[in-house]
Amino acid sequence: MIHVRNVAKSFTLHNQDSTVIEVMQGASFAVAPGECIALTGNSGTGKSTLMRMIYGNYLAASGSIMVGGVDVAKAAPREILQLRRDTLGYVSQFLRVVPRVATLDVVAEPLLAVGTDKDVALDKARGLLARLNIPQTLWGLSPTTFSGGEQQRVNIARGFAYDYPAMLLDEPTASLDATNRETVLSLIKEAKARGAAIIGIFHDQSARDRVADRELDVFIFAPKAAA
Amino acid sequence: MTPLLAVKSIAKSYGGRIGCSDVSFDLYPGEVMGVVGESGSGKSTLLNCLAGHLAPDGGEVLFDTRADGPRDTLQMSEPERRMLSRTDWAFVHQNPRDGLRMNISAGGNVGERLMAVGARHYDGIRNKAEDWLGRVEIEVDRMDDRPSAFSGGMQQRLQIARNLVTGPRLVFMDEPTGGLDVSVQARLLDLLRGLVRDLGLSAIIVTHDLAVVRLLADRLMVMKSGRVVESGLTDQVLDDPQHAHTQLLVSSVLHV
Repeated sequence: MIHVRNVAKSFTLHNQDSTVIEVMQGASFAVAPGECIALTGNSGTGKSTLMRMIYGNYLAASGSIMVGGVDVAKAAPREILQLRRDTLGYVSQFLRVVPRVATLDVVAEPLLAVGTDKDVALDKARGLLARLNIPQTLWGLSPTTFSGGEQQRVNIARGFAYDYPAMLLDEPTASLDATNRETVLSLIKEAKARGAAIIGIFHDQSARDRVADRELDVFIFAPKAAA
Repeated sequence: MTPLLAVKSIAKSYGGRIGCSDVSFDLYPGEVMGVVGESGSGKSTLLNCLAGHLAPDGGEVLFDTRADGPRDTLQMSEPERRMLSRTDWAFVHQNPRDGLRMNISAGGNVGERLMAVGARHYDGIRNKAEDWLGRVEIEVDRMDDRPSAFSGGMQQRLQIARNLVTGPRLVFMDEPTGGLDVSVQARLLDLLRGLVRDLGLSAIIVTHDLAVVRLLADRLMVMKSGRVVESGLTDQVLDDPQHAHTQLLVSSVLHV
Protein backbone atom coordinates (compact mmCIF):
# COMPACT_ATOMS: atom_id res chain seq x y z
CA MET A 1 0.00 0.00 0.00
CA ILE A 2 2.79 2.43 0.93
CA HIS A 3 6.18 2.12 -0.76
CA VAL A 4 8.95 4.50 0.19
CA ARG A 5 12.02 4.22 -2.03
CA ASN A 6 15.37 5.92 -1.58
CA VAL A 7 13.92 9.11 -0.13
CA ALA A 8 16.22 11.93 0.94
CA LYS A 9 15.40 15.17 2.71
CA SER A 10 17.31 18.30 3.57
CA PHE A 11 16.26 21.72 4.73
CA THR A 12 17.95 24.82 3.31
CA LEU A 13 17.58 27.87 5.50
CA HIS A 14 18.13 30.68 3.00
CA ASN A 15 17.75 33.42 5.53
CA GLN A 16 20.07 31.90 8.10
CA ASP A 17 23.39 31.88 6.23
CA SER A 18 21.92 29.39 3.75
CA THR A 19 22.54 26.61 6.24
CA VAL A 20 21.75 23.21 4.78
CA ILE A 21 20.53 20.59 7.23
CA GLU A 22 20.71 17.04 5.92
CA VAL A 23 17.99 15.06 7.63
CA MET A 24 17.61 11.82 5.80
CA GLN A 25 18.91 9.79 2.90
CA GLY A 26 18.18 6.43 1.34
CA ALA A 27 14.95 5.87 3.26
CA SER A 28 13.25 2.75 1.85
CA PHE A 29 10.50 0.59 3.29
CA ALA A 30 7.01 -0.68 2.52
CA VAL A 31 3.80 -1.18 4.44
CA ALA A 32 1.26 -3.80 3.37
CA PRO A 33 -2.53 -3.55 3.83
CA GLY A 34 -3.50 -4.63 7.34
CA GLU A 35 -0.01 -3.98 8.64
CA CYS A 36 1.05 -1.41 11.25
CA ILE A 37 4.63 -0.31 11.50
CA ALA A 38 5.98 1.89 14.26
CA LEU A 39 8.65 4.47 13.53
CA THR A 40 11.16 4.70 16.36
CA GLY A 41 14.29 6.68 17.04
CA ASN A 42 15.38 9.51 19.26
CA SER A 43 13.82 12.90 19.06
CA GLY A 44 15.17 14.74 16.02
CA THR A 45 15.98 11.66 13.94
CA GLY A 46 13.21 12.52 11.47
CA LYS A 47 10.19 10.38 12.37
CA SER A 48 7.72 13.22 11.92
CA THR A 49 9.61 14.52 8.89
CA LEU A 50 9.30 11.12 7.22
CA MET A 51 5.62 10.98 8.05
CA ARG A 52 5.04 14.49 6.74
CA MET A 53 6.80 13.63 3.49
CA ILE A 54 4.49 10.66 3.02
CA TYR A 55 1.53 12.98 3.57
CA GLY A 56 2.92 15.48 1.05
CA ASN A 57 3.24 18.14 3.70
CA TYR A 58 7.04 18.19 3.31
CA LEU A 59 8.68 17.99 -0.07
CA ALA A 60 10.98 14.99 -0.55
CA ALA A 61 14.33 16.05 -2.06
CA SER A 62 14.59 12.81 -4.07
CA GLY A 63 13.24 9.29 -4.27
CA SER A 64 9.66 8.13 -4.63
CA ILE A 65 6.77 7.70 -2.19
CA MET A 66 4.01 5.56 -3.67
CA VAL A 67 0.71 5.57 -1.81
CA GLY A 68 -2.10 3.70 -3.54
CA GLY A 69 -0.59 4.30 -6.99
CA VAL A 70 0.23 7.99 -6.55
CA ASP A 71 3.82 9.18 -6.19
CA VAL A 72 3.48 11.81 -3.48
CA ALA A 73 7.01 13.04 -4.14
CA LYS A 74 6.06 14.17 -7.65
CA ALA A 75 2.25 14.48 -7.75
CA ALA A 76 0.43 17.72 -8.57
CA PRO A 77 -1.37 19.46 -5.68
CA ARG A 78 -4.79 18.28 -6.80
CA GLU A 79 -3.65 14.65 -7.01
CA ILE A 80 -2.36 14.88 -3.45
CA LEU A 81 -5.61 16.49 -2.29
CA GLN A 82 -7.58 13.68 -3.87
CA LEU A 83 -5.28 11.11 -2.27
CA ARG A 84 -5.81 12.73 1.12
CA ARG A 85 -9.55 12.73 0.61
CA ASP A 86 -9.94 9.14 -0.59
CA THR A 87 -6.92 7.14 0.52
CA LEU A 88 -4.57 8.64 3.04
CA GLY A 89 -5.55 9.81 6.52
CA TYR A 90 -3.32 11.66 8.96
CA VAL A 91 -3.84 12.17 12.66
CA SER A 92 -1.43 14.87 13.76
CA GLN A 93 -0.66 15.92 17.29
CA PHE A 94 -2.55 19.14 16.93
CA LEU A 95 -6.08 19.91 15.92
CA ARG A 96 -6.32 22.62 13.29
CA VAL A 97 -9.86 23.75 12.56
CA VAL A 98 -11.81 26.68 11.25
CA PRO A 99 -13.17 28.81 14.07
CA ARG A 100 -16.91 28.51 14.77
CA VAL A 101 -17.44 25.04 13.30
CA ALA A 102 -19.18 22.61 15.67
CA THR A 103 -17.27 19.55 16.90
CA LEU A 104 -19.76 17.15 15.33
CA ASP A 105 -19.26 18.77 11.92
CA VAL A 106 -15.49 18.78 12.34
CA VAL A 107 -15.57 15.01 12.89
CA ALA A 108 -18.07 14.31 10.09
CA GLU A 109 -16.25 16.45 7.52
CA PRO A 110 -13.94 13.74 6.06
CA LEU A 111 -17.02 11.59 5.41
CA LEU A 112 -18.95 14.43 3.79
CA ALA A 113 -15.90 15.18 1.63
CA VAL A 114 -16.13 11.73 0.01
CA GLY A 115 -19.86 12.17 -0.54
CA THR A 116 -21.27 10.13 2.34
CA ASP A 117 -24.92 10.82 3.09
CA LYS A 118 -25.19 13.54 5.73
CA ASP A 119 -27.22 11.49 8.23
CA VAL A 120 -24.89 8.52 7.96
CA ALA A 121 -21.85 10.77 8.42
CA LEU A 122 -23.31 12.49 11.49
CA ASP A 123 -24.28 9.15 13.02
CA LYS A 124 -20.77 7.82 12.63
CA ALA A 125 -19.37 11.05 14.10
CA ARG A 126 -21.70 10.78 17.12
CA GLY A 127 -20.63 7.19 17.66
CA LEU A 128 -16.94 8.08 17.62
CA LEU A 129 -17.33 11.07 19.92
CA ALA A 130 -19.25 8.92 22.38
CA ARG A 131 -16.62 6.18 22.26
CA LEU A 132 -13.91 8.73 22.94
CA ASN A 133 -15.85 10.12 25.92
CA ILE A 134 -16.46 13.62 24.61
CA PRO A 135 -19.52 14.80 26.61
CA GLN A 136 -22.56 15.23 24.40
CA THR A 137 -23.02 18.80 25.67
CA LEU A 138 -19.84 19.75 23.80
CA TRP A 139 -20.74 18.32 20.39
CA GLY A 140 -22.44 21.50 19.19
CA LEU A 141 -19.52 23.71 20.23
CA SER A 142 -16.33 24.55 18.37
CA PRO A 143 -13.38 22.49 19.65
CA THR A 144 -11.09 25.54 19.64
CA THR A 145 -11.92 26.19 23.30
CA PHE A 146 -11.58 22.56 24.46
CA SER A 147 -8.81 21.26 26.71
CA GLY A 148 -5.71 19.73 25.10
CA GLY A 149 -6.82 16.16 25.76
CA GLU A 150 -10.31 16.81 24.41
CA GLN A 151 -8.91 18.39 21.25
CA GLN A 152 -6.65 15.38 20.78
CA ARG A 153 -9.65 13.05 21.05
CA VAL A 154 -11.69 15.15 18.60
CA ASN A 155 -8.72 14.95 16.26
CA ILE A 156 -8.65 11.17 16.57
CA ALA A 157 -12.41 10.90 16.01
CA ARG A 158 -12.01 12.97 12.86
CA GLY A 159 -9.09 10.85 11.70
CA PHE A 160 -11.03 7.61 12.12
CA ALA A 161 -14.40 8.85 10.79
CA TYR A 162 -13.67 7.73 7.25
CA ASP A 163 -12.12 4.30 6.60
CA TYR A 164 -8.90 5.34 4.91
CA PRO A 165 -6.96 2.50 3.24
CA ALA A 166 -3.73 4.09 4.55
CA MET A 167 -3.21 6.02 7.76
CA LEU A 168 -0.45 8.03 9.41
CA LEU A 169 -0.68 8.41 13.18
CA ASP A 170 1.60 10.88 14.95
CA GLU A 171 1.50 10.04 18.66
CA PRO A 172 -2.20 9.22 18.78
CA THR A 173 -2.06 8.06 22.39
CA ALA A 174 -0.04 10.95 23.80
CA SER A 175 -1.74 12.93 26.57
CA LEU A 176 -4.64 10.49 26.90
CA ASP A 177 -5.82 8.76 30.07
CA ALA A 178 -5.90 4.96 30.32
CA THR A 179 -9.53 4.50 29.22
CA ASN A 180 -9.21 6.68 26.14
CA ARG A 181 -5.86 5.14 25.33
CA GLU A 182 -7.58 1.75 25.22
CA THR A 183 -10.24 3.13 22.89
CA VAL A 184 -7.64 4.53 20.51
CA LEU A 185 -5.71 1.24 20.50
CA SER A 186 -8.87 -0.65 19.62
CA LEU A 187 -9.66 1.85 16.86
CA ILE A 188 -6.21 1.16 15.43
CA LYS A 189 -6.75 -2.61 15.69
CA GLU A 190 -10.12 -2.29 13.96
CA ALA A 191 -8.52 -0.25 11.17
CA LYS A 192 -5.86 -2.95 10.73
CA ALA A 193 -8.52 -5.64 10.69
CA ARG A 194 -10.34 -3.95 7.80
CA GLY A 195 -7.06 -3.82 5.89
CA ALA A 196 -5.63 -0.36 6.50
CA ALA A 197 -1.89 0.12 6.12
CA ILE A 198 -0.74 2.14 9.13
CA ILE A 199 2.44 4.01 9.98
CA GLY A 200 2.58 5.26 13.54
CA ILE A 201 4.80 7.08 15.98
CA PHE A 202 4.18 5.87 19.53
CA HIS A 203 6.38 7.04 22.36
CA ASP A 204 4.61 4.66 24.67
CA GLN A 205 6.38 1.27 24.41
CA SER A 206 3.40 -0.76 25.61
CA ALA A 207 1.07 0.85 23.06
CA ARG A 208 3.63 0.14 20.37
CA ASP A 209 3.87 -3.52 21.41
CA ARG A 210 0.14 -3.95 21.22
CA VAL A 211 -0.60 -2.56 17.77
CA ALA A 212 2.64 -2.56 15.78
CA ASP A 213 3.66 -5.58 13.70
CA ARG A 214 7.22 -4.33 13.42
CA GLU A 215 9.40 -1.40 14.32
CA LEU A 216 11.52 0.72 12.07
CA ASP A 217 14.37 2.74 13.58
CA VAL A 218 14.54 5.92 11.51
CA PHE A 219 18.16 6.37 12.65
CA ILE A 220 19.30 3.97 9.90
CA PHE A 221 18.22 6.62 7.37
CA ALA A 222 20.39 9.34 8.94
CA PRO A 223 22.84 10.86 6.41
CA LYS A 224 26.15 9.05 6.61
CA ALA A 225 28.20 12.20 6.12
CA ALA A 226 26.89 13.63 9.37
CA ALA A 227 27.76 10.52 11.35
CA MET B 1 -10.26 16.94 -16.94
CA THR B 2 -10.21 20.33 -18.64
CA PRO B 3 -8.98 23.14 -16.42
CA LEU B 4 -11.63 25.78 -15.74
CA LEU B 5 -9.00 28.44 -16.20
CA ALA B 6 -5.68 28.00 -17.99
CA VAL B 7 -3.38 30.97 -17.67
CA LYS B 8 -0.38 31.18 -19.97
CA SER B 9 2.54 33.60 -19.63
CA ILE B 10 0.58 36.62 -18.46
CA ALA B 11 2.67 39.77 -18.37
CA LYS B 12 1.82 43.34 -17.54
CA SER B 13 4.16 46.26 -17.11
CA TYR B 14 3.48 49.82 -16.11
CA GLY B 15 5.90 51.74 -18.31
CA GLY B 16 9.32 50.42 -17.38
CA ARG B 17 8.08 48.75 -14.20
CA ILE B 18 7.03 45.14 -14.08
CA GLY B 19 3.50 44.56 -12.76
CA CYS B 20 3.61 40.84 -13.25
CA SER B 21 5.65 38.70 -15.56
CA ASP B 22 5.42 35.23 -17.07
CA VAL B 23 2.67 33.90 -14.80
CA SER B 24 1.17 30.54 -15.86
CA PHE B 25 -1.07 28.08 -14.04
CA ASP B 26 -4.11 25.83 -14.45
CA LEU B 27 -7.09 26.03 -12.12
CA TYR B 28 -9.41 23.02 -12.04
CA PRO B 29 -13.12 23.02 -11.13
CA GLY B 30 -13.62 23.13 -7.36
CA GLU B 31 -10.08 24.28 -6.68
CA VAL B 32 -9.25 27.28 -4.54
CA MET B 33 -5.92 28.91 -5.19
CA GLY B 34 -4.30 31.52 -2.98
CA VAL B 35 -1.90 34.15 -4.26
CA VAL B 36 0.31 35.65 -1.58
CA GLY B 37 3.11 38.16 -1.54
CA GLU B 38 4.03 41.53 -0.07
CA SER B 39 2.37 44.72 -1.23
CA GLY B 40 3.70 45.56 -4.65
CA SER B 41 4.50 41.96 -5.54
CA GLY B 42 2.03 42.06 -8.43
CA LYS B 43 -0.74 39.90 -7.03
CA SER B 44 -3.54 42.41 -7.52
CA THR B 45 -2.25 43.28 -10.99
CA LEU B 46 -2.40 39.59 -11.85
CA LEU B 47 -5.94 39.24 -10.49
CA ASN B 48 -7.14 42.26 -12.44
CA CYS B 49 -5.56 40.95 -15.64
CA LEU B 50 -7.30 37.61 -15.20
CA ALA B 51 -10.67 39.17 -14.43
CA GLY B 52 -10.52 41.45 -17.45
CA HIS B 53 -10.18 44.68 -15.48
CA LEU B 54 -6.73 45.33 -16.87
CA ALA B 55 -5.41 44.48 -20.32
CA PRO B 56 -2.21 42.44 -20.01
CA ASP B 57 0.67 43.06 -22.43
CA GLY B 58 0.83 39.43 -23.40
CA GLY B 59 -0.29 35.92 -22.61
CA GLU B 60 -3.51 33.94 -22.70
CA VAL B 61 -6.39 33.41 -20.25
CA LEU B 62 -8.34 30.36 -21.40
CA PHE B 63 -11.69 29.95 -19.67
CA ASP B 64 -13.74 26.79 -20.12
CA THR B 65 -17.02 28.39 -21.27
CA ARG B 66 -20.29 26.49 -20.88
CA ALA B 67 -21.17 26.78 -24.55
CA ASP B 68 -17.94 26.60 -26.51
CA GLY B 69 -15.31 25.06 -24.23
CA PRO B 70 -11.98 26.79 -23.59
CA ARG B 71 -11.73 30.29 -25.08
CA ASP B 72 -9.20 33.04 -24.64
CA THR B 73 -11.04 35.73 -22.71
CA LEU B 74 -8.46 38.31 -23.77
CA GLN B 75 -9.51 37.84 -27.40
CA MET B 76 -13.24 38.07 -26.67
CA SER B 77 -15.27 41.08 -27.60
CA GLU B 78 -16.15 43.44 -24.76
CA PRO B 79 -19.86 42.43 -24.65
CA GLU B 80 -18.92 38.75 -24.53
CA ARG B 81 -16.52 39.33 -21.68
CA ARG B 82 -19.07 41.44 -19.82
CA MET B 83 -21.63 38.68 -20.14
CA LEU B 84 -19.13 36.18 -18.80
CA SER B 85 -18.36 38.43 -15.85
CA ARG B 86 -22.07 38.55 -15.02
CA THR B 87 -22.88 34.89 -15.43
CA ASP B 88 -19.80 32.80 -14.76
CA TRP B 89 -17.45 35.06 -12.83
CA ALA B 90 -17.65 37.00 -9.63
CA PHE B 91 -15.27 39.55 -8.24
CA VAL B 92 -15.13 40.32 -4.54
CA HIS B 93 -13.32 43.58 -3.90
CA GLN B 94 -11.31 44.32 -0.80
CA ASN B 95 -13.36 47.43 -0.22
CA PRO B 96 -17.07 46.52 -0.32
CA ARG B 97 -17.86 50.03 -1.53
CA ASP B 98 -16.13 49.15 -4.81
CA GLY B 99 -18.39 46.15 -5.34
CA LEU B 100 -21.70 47.47 -4.01
CA ARG B 101 -24.05 50.24 -5.00
CA MET B 102 -24.24 52.22 -1.83
CA ASN B 103 -27.43 54.12 -2.68
CA ILE B 104 -29.75 51.21 -3.29
CA SER B 105 -31.08 48.76 -0.70
CA ALA B 106 -29.32 45.54 0.27
CA GLY B 107 -32.04 43.54 -1.46
CA GLY B 108 -31.68 45.75 -4.53
CA ASN B 109 -27.94 45.12 -4.63
CA VAL B 110 -28.53 41.39 -4.83
CA GLY B 111 -31.50 41.69 -7.16
CA GLU B 112 -29.66 43.91 -9.59
CA ARG B 113 -27.26 41.09 -10.47
CA LEU B 114 -30.20 38.80 -11.15
CA MET B 115 -31.88 41.40 -13.37
CA ALA B 116 -28.60 41.86 -15.27
CA VAL B 117 -28.85 38.25 -16.40
CA GLY B 118 -32.51 38.54 -17.34
CA ALA B 119 -34.62 37.89 -14.21
CA ARG B 120 -37.78 40.03 -14.35
CA HIS B 121 -40.26 38.52 -11.90
CA TYR B 122 -40.30 40.75 -8.80
CA ASP B 123 -41.35 38.12 -6.28
CA GLY B 124 -38.85 35.65 -7.61
CA ILE B 125 -36.03 38.19 -7.40
CA ARG B 126 -37.03 39.27 -3.92
CA ASN B 127 -37.28 35.70 -2.66
CA LYS B 128 -33.91 34.80 -4.06
CA ALA B 129 -32.36 37.94 -2.59
CA GLU B 130 -33.90 37.04 0.78
CA ASP B 131 -32.49 33.53 0.56
CA TRP B 132 -29.01 34.84 -0.17
CA LEU B 133 -29.08 37.45 2.58
CA GLY B 134 -29.92 34.58 4.92
CA ARG B 135 -27.01 32.51 3.65
CA VAL B 136 -24.56 35.31 4.37
CA GLU B 137 -26.18 35.84 7.77
CA ILE B 138 -27.81 39.21 7.20
CA GLU B 139 -31.19 39.47 8.94
CA VAL B 140 -34.09 39.72 6.55
CA ASP B 141 -35.40 42.86 8.22
CA ARG B 142 -32.27 44.68 6.98
CA MET B 143 -33.14 43.87 3.39
CA ASP B 144 -34.52 47.32 2.59
CA ASP B 145 -31.71 49.21 4.31
CA ARG B 146 -28.92 50.73 2.29
CA PRO B 147 -25.43 49.23 2.62
CA SER B 148 -24.21 52.60 3.90
CA ALA B 149 -26.07 51.78 7.12
CA PHE B 150 -24.21 48.43 7.46
CA SER B 151 -21.02 47.64 9.35
CA GLY B 152 -17.88 46.77 7.36
CA GLY B 153 -18.32 43.05 7.93
CA MET B 154 -21.97 43.14 6.85
CA GLN B 155 -21.07 45.13 3.74
CA GLN B 156 -18.49 42.49 2.85
CA ARG B 157 -21.03 39.69 3.34
CA LEU B 158 -23.54 41.60 1.22
CA GLN B 159 -20.95 41.94 -1.51
CA ILE B 160 -20.43 38.20 -1.42
CA ALA B 161 -24.18 37.56 -1.68
CA ARG B 162 -24.44 39.97 -4.62
CA ASN B 163 -21.61 38.15 -6.35
CA LEU B 164 -22.73 34.59 -5.78
CA VAL B 165 -26.47 34.96 -6.42
CA THR B 166 -26.09 34.32 -10.14
CA GLY B 167 -24.29 31.01 -9.53
CA PRO B 168 -20.84 31.85 -10.90
CA ARG B 169 -18.25 29.14 -11.46
CA LEU B 170 -15.16 31.23 -10.77
CA VAL B 171 -14.74 33.79 -8.03
CA PHE B 172 -11.91 36.30 -7.89
CA MET B 173 -11.27 37.70 -4.42
CA ASP B 174 -8.97 40.57 -3.62
CA GLU B 175 -8.13 40.60 0.09
CA PRO B 176 -11.68 39.58 1.05
CA THR B 177 -10.93 39.81 4.77
CA GLY B 178 -8.68 42.87 4.68
CA GLY B 179 -9.68 45.66 7.02
CA LEU B 180 -12.04 43.53 9.09
CA ASP B 181 -11.42 42.75 12.74
CA VAL B 182 -10.48 39.19 13.63
CA SER B 183 -13.81 37.91 14.93
CA VAL B 184 -15.58 39.19 11.81
CA GLN B 185 -12.81 37.68 9.71
CA ALA B 186 -13.29 34.26 11.29
CA ARG B 187 -17.01 34.40 10.56
CA LEU B 188 -16.44 35.47 6.98
CA LEU B 189 -13.82 32.76 6.41
CA ASP B 190 -16.11 30.09 7.75
CA LEU B 191 -18.88 31.38 5.51
CA LEU B 192 -16.65 31.48 2.42
CA ARG B 193 -15.34 27.99 3.07
CA GLY B 194 -18.85 26.61 3.39
CA LEU B 195 -20.03 28.34 0.21
CA VAL B 196 -17.02 27.26 -1.81
CA ARG B 197 -17.49 23.64 -0.74
CA ASP B 198 -21.29 23.51 -1.06
CA LEU B 199 -21.42 25.23 -4.44
CA GLY B 200 -18.29 23.57 -5.85
CA LEU B 201 -16.81 26.95 -6.75
CA SER B 202 -13.34 27.59 -8.05
CA ALA B 203 -11.70 30.64 -6.59
CA ILE B 204 -8.56 32.71 -6.78
CA ILE B 205 -7.88 34.56 -3.56
CA VAL B 206 -5.30 37.31 -3.38
CA THR B 207 -4.19 38.12 0.13
CA HIS B 208 -1.14 38.90 2.22
CA ASP B 209 -2.58 36.97 5.15
CA LEU B 210 -1.07 33.49 5.33
CA ALA B 211 -3.61 32.31 7.92
CA VAL B 212 -6.42 33.09 5.47
CA VAL B 213 -4.90 31.00 2.70
CA ARG B 214 -4.16 28.13 5.05
CA LEU B 215 -7.86 27.92 5.84
CA LEU B 216 -9.28 28.62 2.41
CA ALA B 217 -6.85 27.65 -0.32
CA ASP B 218 -5.93 24.21 -1.65
CA ARG B 219 -2.94 25.56 -3.49
CA LEU B 220 -0.70 28.53 -3.16
CA MET B 221 1.33 30.77 -5.43
CA VAL B 222 3.94 33.03 -3.86
CA MET B 223 4.83 36.19 -5.78
CA LYS B 224 7.75 38.54 -5.51
CA SER B 225 8.53 41.49 -7.78
CA GLY B 226 5.88 40.42 -10.29
CA ARG B 227 7.06 36.83 -10.61
CA VAL B 228 5.90 33.56 -9.12
CA VAL B 229 8.75 32.30 -6.95
CA GLU B 230 7.10 29.21 -5.53
CA SER B 231 3.87 27.30 -5.88
CA GLY B 232 2.36 24.09 -4.58
CA LEU B 233 0.02 22.56 -2.07
CA THR B 234 -0.86 25.19 0.55
CA ASP B 235 0.28 23.32 3.63
CA GLN B 236 3.45 22.14 1.91
CA VAL B 237 4.44 25.66 0.84
CA LEU B 238 3.71 27.06 4.31
CA ASP B 239 5.25 24.21 6.34
CA ASP B 240 8.23 23.41 4.11
CA PRO B 241 8.90 26.54 2.04
CA GLN B 242 11.70 26.12 -0.49
CA HIS B 243 12.32 29.63 -1.77
CA ALA B 244 14.16 32.21 0.31
CA HIS B 245 11.33 34.72 -0.04
CA THR B 246 8.65 32.25 1.08
CA GLN B 247 10.79 31.29 4.07
CA LEU B 248 11.04 34.95 4.95
CA LEU B 249 7.26 35.46 4.65
CA VAL B 250 6.44 32.38 6.72
CA SER B 251 8.98 33.16 9.42
CA SER B 252 7.73 36.73 9.69
CA VAL B 253 4.24 35.74 10.82
CA LEU B 254 3.52 36.60 14.41
CA HIS B 255 1.84 33.91 16.44
CA VAL B 256 -0.75 34.86 19.02
